[in-house]
Amino acid sequence: MGEPEKPFAIRAGFIPLLDAAILIIAKIRGFAEEEGIELTLIREASWASIRDRLALGHFDVAHMLAPMPIAASLGLTPFGGSVITPMCMGLGGNAVTVSNAVWHGMNMAGADNSGDPMTMAVALRSVVESRKASAKPPLTFAVVHPYSSHNYELRYWLAAAGIDPRVDIGLTVVPPPYMADALAGGHIDGYCVGEPWNSAAVVAGVGHIVTTTTAIWRSSPEKVLGMRSDWADQNPEAAAALLRAMHRASLWCDSPKNTQEMVELLSTPSYLDVAQSTLMAGLTGRIALGAGQPQLVPEFRSFARRAATFPWISHGLWFFSQMVRWGQLELTPATLETVRRCIRPDLYRKALGPLGVALPNASSKVEGALTMETPVATANGRLFLGPDGFFDGLVFDPDRIEDYVAAFAIRGPSAISD
Amino acid sequence: MAERDSETKILVIDDNRIRASIIEEGLREAGYAHVTVIVERLPLVRSIVEADPDVVFIDLEHPQRDVLEHMFQVSRAISRPVAMFVDRSDKAMIEAAIEAGVSAYIVNGLKKERLKPILDMAISRFNAFSRMRDELYRTRKALDDRKLVDRAKGVLMKLKGIGEDEAYGLLRRTAMNENRRIAEVAQSILTASTLLSGDK
Repeated sequence: MGEPEKPFAIRAGFIPLLDAAILIIAKIRGFAEEEGIELTLIREASWASIRDRLALGHFDVAHMLAPMPIAASLGLTPFGGSVITPMCMGLGGNAVTVSNAVWHGMNMAGADNSGDPMTMAVALRSVVESRKASAKPPLTFAVVHPYSSHNYELRYWLAAAGIDPRVDIGLTVVPPPYMADALAGGHIDGYCVGEPWNSAAVVAGVGHIVTTTTAIWRSSPEKVLGMRSDWADQNPEAAAALLRAMHRASLWCDSPKNTQEMVELLSTPSYLDVAQSTLMAGLTGRIALGAGQPQLVPEFRSFARRAATFPWISHGLWFFSQMVRWGQLELTPATLETVRRCIRPDLYRKALGPLGVALPNASSKVEGALTMETPVATANGRLFLGPDGFFDGLVFDPDRIEDYVAAFAIRGPSAISD
Repeated sequence: MAERDSETKILVIDDNRIRASIIEEGLREAGYAHVTVIVERLPLVRSIVEADPDVVFIDLEHPQRDVLEHMFQVSRAISRPVAMFVDRSDKAMIEAAIEAGVSAYIVNGLKKERLKPILDMAISRFNAFSRMRDELYRTRKALDDRKLVDRAKGVLMKLKGIGEDEAYGLLRRTAMNENRRIAEVAQSILTASTLLSGDK
């Protein structure tokens, strides 16, 4: 199959969230057009629909939760098929929010406004324990999808403080725009979601932000570009052009001088359809954890800095390690190989190398090795990475997944919950 | 166990009340007596447990699809195995459903052959609804266009002191020459006249 002449027609699905920015900006700021791409964006309301329509060939690529291409390629989701990750769509952007009642309990147990994950999790543990002691039902936390970074990061955070997410709390799924309402209505007691849906609860006076996922796992990925692997094989030129357009869009998005324009563009009805003021906090990282003065949350989000769009194989393998940890599948040479093959830094290098972009020499790294911002070896130019790793000090070596999983005291399939 | 088709319990989850009732009506006419419709957002779990469905239809544009799939994975209350009816072997069926904008889930191991007529019905009703909506949109647009043209004719008549037929002829010729729709030319005239007369 030869490739079509330019313009490359590419159809992309997205969910109206802030972290779809580099895909949306690639279109509306003309980066896609400059690369000879006619980019059609189609808005969807659920990850299930994104997955189905990508599998059916309605979309060539899609904005996806980082673990989704992995879950699809492993056959964990109905109707997945082989999906690859040639690019990450940025780092960070999520937080954990609890109801006012839970926050009050955490406060009594020593929680403050530091956003420190360990302090917060320990305070939450006292709330969980005192509920248990007085025979109250366990708290319910919501995530956006079972195969989401939110699910694995929230579980990791809880378990690191000795809260067993399989028995001590209930976990459920709620679509991001409904989170604050569900919290206000008492259907859930807390959740982990991307901005603006944490700030939405604070603004509405129904919740308090306790920590961020970049505090739980520093420099952690959130959304990726999912691409049908057959499409990538048949359209290498179009795929590379899209990565270049999205790379340029990511530089544009990361520049503070463009933030105001970006908010104006993204807030419109055809894209995110939310108030500009609501988007601002999640873009600038100036977030009010509770009612009162916003504070600058360090490293809250990056679109380009610190190789934010580089698809690290170790990121994919960490999600895989957590799938294994929670009993979603078994670690075998075959499943490991499937995951390794679905993260494609080679395509990223091939597309962006010729632009002179500073690329790390490695494709996988030990997560937790960098404690501060560190210059790394590149073939061309200077590149700073990190800090990366986990708040409890554990290090993830992607070559030793089995030992890593075995070392967790809390692991195994969930007790079935409603 | 050979239940009769009329015993099959069907659940429809759709924010669009009109479409939901169109599907419900179609299914009832076809002899399915147990049809439940959910149009509220929350709490989904309890409603589904109460409906105890054999098959669930949900609008493809419904954000609750992720919730539903998660429930099917973990819920003890809905403990029977569930698969998306449309498995990979049924690509044509899936295509038809997704084109129509509906997604189907099978509960209780309902037999595929029993589901097919129900799914066909849901698909055709979803499509009928889309056609109706498009028709409505076109009718509205035609009405709006006519109003625009009438108002533009009025402006031309007043400005140039010509009759109605002449004003319409002028509009039509301009549209043909510029390869635009008459309504578009009418719109430009109205915009220009607003600007020139300083009216808000």
